[in-house]
Amino acid sequence: MALNYDQALEIYEPTLGLEVHVELNTNSKMFCGCATEFGASPNTQTCPVCLGLPGSLPVVNAKAIESSIRIGLALNCSITPFSRFARKNYFYPDMPKNFQTSQYDEPICVNGYLDVTIDTDEGPKVYRVEIERVHMEEDTGKSLHVGGATGRIHGAEHSLLDYNRAGIPLVEIVTRIVPGTDKYAPEVARAYVAELRDILRSLGVSDVKMEQGSLRCDANVSIAPRGSGTLGTRSETKNVNSLRSVERAVRGEIVRQANRLQAGERIIQETRHFQEESGETRSGRSKEQAEDYRYFPEPDLLPIVADPAWVEELKAALPEKPSIRRKKLQEAWGVPDKEMAAMVNAELLDTVEETVALGAEPTKARSWWLGEVSRLANEKSVEPTSLIKPSEVAEIITLIAAGELTDKLARQVVEGVINGEGTPRSVIEKRGLKVVSDDSALMVAIEAAIAAAPDVADRVRGGNIPAAGALIGAVMKATGGQADAAKVRELLLKHLGQG
Amino acid sequence: MAAISRDEVAHLARLARIEMTDAELDHLASEMDLILESVSRVQGVAGADIPPTSHAIAMQNVMRPDVVVPSLTPEEALSGAPAREEDRFKVPQILGEE
Amino acid sequence: MSTPIIHQTAAEMSADLASGSVTAVELANAHYDRIAAVDGDVHAFLHLDREGALAQAASVDASRKAGEKLHPLAGVPLALKDVLTQKGVPTTCGSKMLEGWRPPYDSTVVANLKKAGVVILGKTNMDEFAMGSSTENSAYGPTHNPWDLSRIPGGSGGGSSAALAAFEAPLAIGTDTGGSIRQPAAVTGTVGVKPTYGAVSRYGLVAFSSSLDQAGPCARTVLDTAMLHEVIAGYDAKDSTSINAPVGKMIEAAKKLDVKGMKIGVVKELSGEGYQAGVLTRFNEALDLLVAAGAEIVEVSTPSFEYALAAYYLIAPSETSSNLARFDSMRYGIRIGDDGSRSAEEVMNMTREVGFGKEVKRRIILGTYALSSGYYDAYYGSAQKVRTLIKRDYEAAFAKVDVLVSPTCPTTAFKIGEKSDDPLAMYLNDVATIPVNLAGIGGMSLPCGLAPEDGLPVGFQIMSPALKDELMYHVGGTLEAALQSKWGKPLYASAPELAVK
Ligand SMILES: [Zn+2]
Repeated sequence: MALNYDQALEIYEPTLGLEVHVELNTNSKMFCGCATEFGASPNTQTCPVCLGLPGSLPVVNAKAIESSIRIGLALNCSITPFSRFARKNYFYPDMPKNFQTSQYDEPICVNGYLDVTIDTDEGPKVYRVEIERVHMEEDTGKSLHVGGATGRIHGAEHSLLDYNRAGIPLVEIVTRIVPGTDKYAPEVARAYVAELRDILRSLGVSDVKMEQGSLRCDANVSIAPRGSGTLGTRSETKNVNSLRSVERAVRGEIVRQANRLQAGERIIQETRHFQEESGETRSGRSKEQAEDYRYFPEPDLLPIVADPAWVEELKAALPEKPSIRRKKLQEAWGVPDKEMAAMVNAELLDTVEETVALGAEPTKARSWWLGEVSRLANEKSVEPTSLIKPSEVAEIITLIAAGELTDKLARQVVEGVINGEGTPRSVIEKRGLKVVSDDSALMVAIEAAIAAAPDVADRVRGGNIPAAGALIGAVMKATGGQADAAKVRELLLKHLGQG
Repeated sequence: MAAISRDEVAHLARLARIEMTDAELDHLASEMDLILESVSRVQGVAGADIPPTSHAIAMQNVMRPDVVVPSLTPEEALSGAPAREEDRFKVPQILGEE
Repeated sequence: MSTPIIHQTAAEMSADLASGSVTAVELANAHYDRIAAVDGDVHAFLHLDREGALAQAASVDASRKAGEKLHPLAGVPLALKDVLTQKGVPTTCGSKMLEGWRPPYDSTVVANLKKAGVVILGKTNMDEFAMGSSTENSAYGPTHNPWDLSRIPGGSGGGSSAALAAFEAPLAIGTDTGGSIRQPAAVTGTVGVKPTYGAVSRYGLVAFSSSLDQAGPCARTVLDTAMLHEVIAGYDAKDSTSINAPVGKMIEAAKKLDVKGMKIGVVKELSGEGYQAGVLTRFNEALDLLVAAGAEIVEVSTPSFEYALAAYYLIAPSETSSNLARFDSMRYGIRIGDDGSRSAEEVMNMTREVGFGKEVKRRIILGTYALSSGYYDAYYGSAQKVRTLIKRDYEAAFAKVDVLVSPTCPTTAFKIGEKSDDPLAMYLNDVATIPVNLAGIGGMSLPCGLAPEDGLPVGFQIMSPALKDELMYHVGGTLEAALQSKWGKPLYASAPELAVK
């Protein structure tokens, strides 16, 4: 009978290591001036260098070096006084030169760490994930497989290559084995990637979109019998495209390995691919022999000797750590943990902060962005921030607070702004959405309502306050919903001697 | 004693992605033997204190600003392609692809 | 009888173009006529770009007519080694692998030539991917030495040197990784310079061994070579190893004509055993002329040079094995075996089997071995350390002397086929030129006479410290003038007449 996760953990102890690849958001590629736009038409962002044409030569992008150093500093690494690129030689059609220009034994940053907090049975616990190295390399092109795997005509398959992505700067962040995670290995893995993503976002060095591949995680997992003091053979799981998948992949791999060992089979050192639908991993093509990458120093590039004064400057200018910033914002806003987590998960913390900075009340800013705006964005399958600006949301919230808009009217204003009808003010004007707050105009409507229903008015006069609802409804109807209901109620009750 | 066996040459040919006939492998193995004997003269010439030279002219920190320059057109990029399909390079099936 | 125009030096052609006594189009056509007449026997060219060259020549003529200020070499024809990219013009590197490939971009050398208005006649033959010393390794057949058609014109740039010696072009571009400019110059009685590594951009030079490759100027005289040097040299942001410093005054140096007070070192290790007697005779006579011109000759010892050849035959193949990996039939070049049933991997294997020649495969396998895990330190690592020792030998020598000299090659041109089955014997040809590449310094070969025993040209090598390339022109120009006044004419004027078709 197959073991489940808890049963697997009773017998085995897992070991975790993570490799994260981050695409930097530089304007141009790592070694050439081609643009790095995501989603451009095939082979429109290529040149002799990134196509590996004979005779072409690489030149390092200075911004990529700076971003790599900033990443290292944010992860508490040492910046090495001398680092170099090497060639990693292996053949693959999506790699134009059939070697990857990468850092090998002389990376730019080493020996850092990142602390992550997870909820355990004993309460929140901090795990220190040690970073072995941060190094630079280049991305590969993309291949598209044509021809089905079933019912295929022999020989009908081929692949199509687009090299737009080839040469985009990548930073690889490699952890040491994370000790003592035990059953929390999946949660630690997820928390690490999430925290890393927030740090990278705060540095502004990458789009960190897992679903677009600008942040990719490979999870190295092995298990060993409890108390054996040994390390098992590890597998490397790729194709993990979301934070949730990181957790699922690690969990799934622990269960798979445990069941293999229970069945008397051995674990093969291999690359596995995470399957989003099933949550399982599938074996990649196992290699007939160990790769021999024949690394040697890249003769076409020169060493990088980072000026210590410059490194200090970059260090001094680092943004606040996301964990500290979150804590400060939460205190300032007085938001509960759950709401804070919701904003972080929706990637709207920056946006809410900007909205608050523009004068909006924090709770309102949170609820408008996570509520109405996110709902509309969801319907259109776009990012909330692409629909409306923080300044516009802040303006709408301010108008509500001033009593110039009701929540209902405000929703119409948001809709108008999203439809491209202009700024909130001009939407209000064009649609005529102004709250009727002029007392004399309201009094005319109130008197008309009383005249139309004198019996109801009498009951209110007699102390039956709930009966006023019908009169308020009539006033609201008469003003086309533009009146502030609270104001109407106040004036009406006062007029009937109940205020 | 041979410095390099025929099987080793076959392994190198696989790493270098060059198909070779048995006759070629035999011939190359014997040539490699002679060449390796000759080039192994470099071993032990320099002491541990001698640093290796990878670049004849020592320079460092050569970089370019992060500025976009025009790319080739897809037509130019694909001009040498042995096969293409629209704006992509068409190649035989890649093994081990997902 | 006046000298036929094609026998003139580039400097003379430049003067005639400036005075209007000849047009660039006439000059290009005169050379195309010569090529048509003799290249069937010489086989210096792989491709002629007649249309492009004549258009360039016509545009130079039009600019001149309009009174524009032109570069002195505007309108002078040139032969380009087929290892440099020229947009839209076939670039094969002497390999079947790149048959039919027309690069979509210009190398920086070509861009500089075009900017100066130099007329590029066509692409010259070479050993496949510049690996060889005889041009016999070209996939398109060997080039023949105009001094004796049964002999090799040197290599890898035998096409460029033969084109000069056969008066098919007054200027040529070569590339030099272990002697591929200087050795062909030596055996064809022409002049060739390997500048300091980084002086001429490598952008668009199809890499053989990236840390050793350097393009350079070739011509029949030292002055012409200096003129071409100044056109192609200079900083290029597209090549990270390009030196960001002003180009020295080569032309001025070539015209100095005396070496008073200069110290010239004869490299002991590069002029004794294993050198042909006639080569040493002419070399020593040239030294006497330099003494007469005011130089002091001292002997210098460079003990590590003994290991240079071995280090070179590890470093260059290692870099080659990686540089040539890109030739896999996926993006450009030939593709073999793609019948719809084979995988990309199989097609790569078959293409590389068919597309590469014997020497290239030999070096790829050797380099793959030298870099593989477990052997790296013993081979590649040790070779890189020897490189340090050789650099130090040069530094010590240049602390004592201004330039170093040696014969360029141990022998004069050998017969085609004589060494093609013996790679080690072939590699020995480069024993005197290789140390220069390993150290990244400058090297020049110029003719110093004909060997008495076979009547074939002998090359004299001058080596200058890094970034002091003008010293080679200074000493070379002086020696050339002394030799010509001794002979009464330049050496190339003694070359046998070729049969004309
Ligand atoms: Zn590019």
